[in-house]
Amino acid sequence: MKTAPRIITILAVACLMMLFFYPLWRITLIAPQYPDGVTMYIWINKITGDSPGTLQNINILNHYVGMKHIEPDSIPELTYFPWVVGALGLLGLIAAFVNKSGLHLAWAVVFLVLAALGIYDFYLWEYDYGHNLSPTAPIKVPGMSYQPPLFGSKMLLNFNAISYPGTGGIFMGISMFLAFVAWWIKRKTARS
Amino acid sequence: MNPLKQLSVLAAAAILVLPACTNNNEGAQNTGAINKSSAAEKVYVAPGEYDEFYSFMSGGFSGQVSVYGLPSGRLLKVIPVFSVDGEKGYGFNEETKPLLETSHGFIPWDDAHHPELSQTKGKPDGKYLFINGNNTPRVARIDLSTFETAEIIELPNAGGNHSSPFTTENSEYVVAGTRFSVPIPQSDMSIADYKGKFKGSLSFISVDPEHGHMDIDFQVLMPGFDYDLAHGGKGKSHGWMFFTTYNTEESHTLKEVNASQNDKDYIAAINWKKAQEYIEQGKFKEMDSEYLINRYDEKKHLAETIKKNKVRVLDPTECPGVVYFLPTPKSPHGVDVDPTGSYIIGNGKLNANLTVHSFDKMIQAIENKSFADEAYGIPVLNFEDVAAGTVESGGLGPLHTEFDGQGNAYTTFFISSEVVKWKLGTWEVLDRVPTYYSVGHLMIPGGDSKEPWGKYMVALNKITKDRYLPTGPELAHSAQLYDISGDKMELILDFPTIGEPHYAQAIAADIVMNRSKKIYSLEENEHPHAAKSESEARVEKNGNEVHVYMTTIRSHFAPDNIEGIEAGDKVYFHVTNLEQDWDVPHGFSVLGAQNAELLIMPGQTETLLWEPLKPGIYPFYCTDFCSALHQEMQGYLRVSAKGQAPEVLATTGD
Ligand SMILES: [Cu+2]
Repeated sequence: MKTAPRIITILAVACLMMLFFYPLWRITLIAPQYPDGVTMYIWINKITGDSPGTLQNINILNHYVGMKHIEPDSIPELTYFPWVVGALGLLGLIAAFVNKSGLHLAWAVVFLVLAALGIYDFYLWEYDYGHNLSPTAPIKVPGMSYQPPLFGSKMLLNFNAISYPGTGGIFMGISMFLAFVAWWIKRKTARS
Repeated sequence: MNPLKQLSVLAAAAILVLPACTNNNEGAQNTGAINKSSAAEKVYVAPGEYDEFYSFMSGGFSGQVSVYGLPSGRLLKVIPVFSVDGEKGYGFNEETKPLLETSHGFIPWDDAHHPELSQTKGKPDGKYLFINGNNTPRVARIDLSTFETAEIIELPNAGGNHSSPFTTENSEYVVAGTRFSVPIPQSDMSIADYKGKFKGSLSFISVDPEHGHMDIDFQVLMPGFDYDLAHGGKGKSHGWMFFTTYNTEESHTLKEVNASQNDKDYIAAINWKKAQEYIEQGKFKEMDSEYLINRYDEKKHLAETIKKNKVRVLDPTECPGVVYFLPTPKSPHGVDVDPTGSYIIGNGKLNANLTVHSFDKMIQAIENKSFADEAYGIPVLNFEDVAAGTVESGGLGPLHTEFDGQGNAYTTFFISSEVVKWKLGTWEVLDRVPTYYSVGHLMIPGGDSKEPWGKYMVALNKITKDRYLPTGPELAHSAQLYDISGDKMELILDFPTIGEPHYAQAIAADIVMNRSKKIYSLEENEHPHAAKSESEARVEKNGNEVHVYMTTIRSHFAPDNIEGIEAGDKVYFHVTNLEQDWDVPHGFSVLGAQNAELLIMPGQTETLLWEPLKPGIYPFYCTDFCSALHQEMQGYLRVSAKGQAPEVLATTGD
């Protein structure tokens, strides 16, 4: 049982690293003219779609209601998020190597705080895109904003916006869960 | 005229007139369908669902190809091929104009008869569709990933390219044969000197397996007959190509009588593998012959013309073993090879019966050197040596036969206006159904390949008379769909067609639909005048030549205000559609354009030449309802009098 928390933490770090290979979040827009939907993937370092033209297509649709263009180059988070995730992974490896209850807890808490901040940041971006509309938009619906949901689905005019974690996001959730499991096991074995 | 001939012509006349006489009594009540509700069920494709087959019908004198879904008979697309098409700007925009270039100049129309799908191992592979242009001899290749004409090759030494473009098992070749023999090489001579002086040519057009590019590998120089139709051997007869001939009388006038005198004409059997050997041995003549190959480059989004000056010609008298003649009664039209490659069916169009030749017997006779005769040095086999059997059809005027892959053949009879189903090998007639009226070719999906999908048969009719609501003197031709899955053929649908579908081909939908392109990649656009983003949009004026590099995206043009143009300028609008979404073309049209519109697919660049005559303000706009703000997708051009133009200005949104 002594090495279990170490192995679990290393596993957690491996799950976290999936963020470099899979998107964190996915937002799908479905409308009558888009029966298959248009899906946008938010990674820690880029924004992609199910085709090379997806982002352009979403921007075209969004500009009618005056939403800003989504320009990955102008989103600073996409530059520093990979470093944050990398540092968090490094911290996890240190926790695994030292394998002390306190350090396991510290890692789990830092992880939790960073994840919460990340989701709050994501919410702020969504809020900004959905509310900060151009006053010269061709289509203006009084009282209407176009903020997609963080989690779940919501009708935005003719589009149903569906937002859920991507594969990388799910791995991140598992990673965080494992971080706490490692700490909990460590604490139990330390006491006994 | 011999008495028998007179009799059959009379019979033909009587039968042709008959439907017209009985119109008032029966007319449109004659549905021909056995059971209306079960027929309706069979052709019903629910909204949002797909058809089982793509069928490609030639447009005949429309020069185009129309694409219908089967069994619904829904029109999916009209593909412009040999005729200009204002709807798509085809032949009007600068990019597609070269496709219609020939050694006779720009030819904006042709008569397209026979679509033929490319094949791999004797089965349609869904890559290309070939079609012949009969009038100014040409063959076109349509790319089935885009459903656009990709290439048109001109045929030298030909007059009337009718027996074309039938394919070999792996589309090593598609062929082309002269329907109208002419002096080869062309010369100014008396028409009355036709006999012996006029020649036919059979072209073997190679198809590059990777890119589909066509070129003429060689031509076989033939006697001055009319070469009507063709089909490739398959299986054991792979390596052979069969052409029907008529006018073996070599008459040059009043052919309806003079070309119908010989009791038997020929099917010309061409051993193209043998011909290849002679080519390799250098036993060809290089003839000076001018012809053009026009290829559309999908990355550059434009067609380019290659000029050719020479063609390799084989003289069959110097190349023994390449050509044999199989005597076949009564001016045969279609020549059709069954799926096993064993039988060659000659559809003697002035006959009641159908002649079937045996490939094995033909090979045997050739090995035995059992020749009845020679025609211009080409061995003629004995009819009795090669005949496998005769179908005593009870009909009149057989034109064309296809197969269901289950040992049955289906033959159209033009004069008696019916389709007869018969059994290969026993030659017995199994069933017959009327067509409305005067059927030409018929088509079974994959019906001229090694593996037909023997579920449906389509009869392509020349005369519709009372079948549909009248539309003045000009009536549509028609297609009739029959269910042939049972013992009895059952008429289940009847729909009007575009132009005159001489022949059609069909293929299982999934083979084609999975390869279908949705957009052109903007990134890969190599058009020399593309503007790949709004920042590249601009106007360049050089003397009286103006190049407008314009972009479209929902829902505006860039630039949309243009000044600095003078009356008499040549203005080229190079419009790039920046969209990368499926089904979002934009159109471009401008007041006073003497050509057509542009219809630009996502990622594509097209060019319209505009020559304004008078000063003033000219609006331009998007013609394809692209978005909620489509009506706002418009702009203005200012045209000034010569020498009065202000600085060039090109803006969007000030
Ligand atoms: Cu438009």
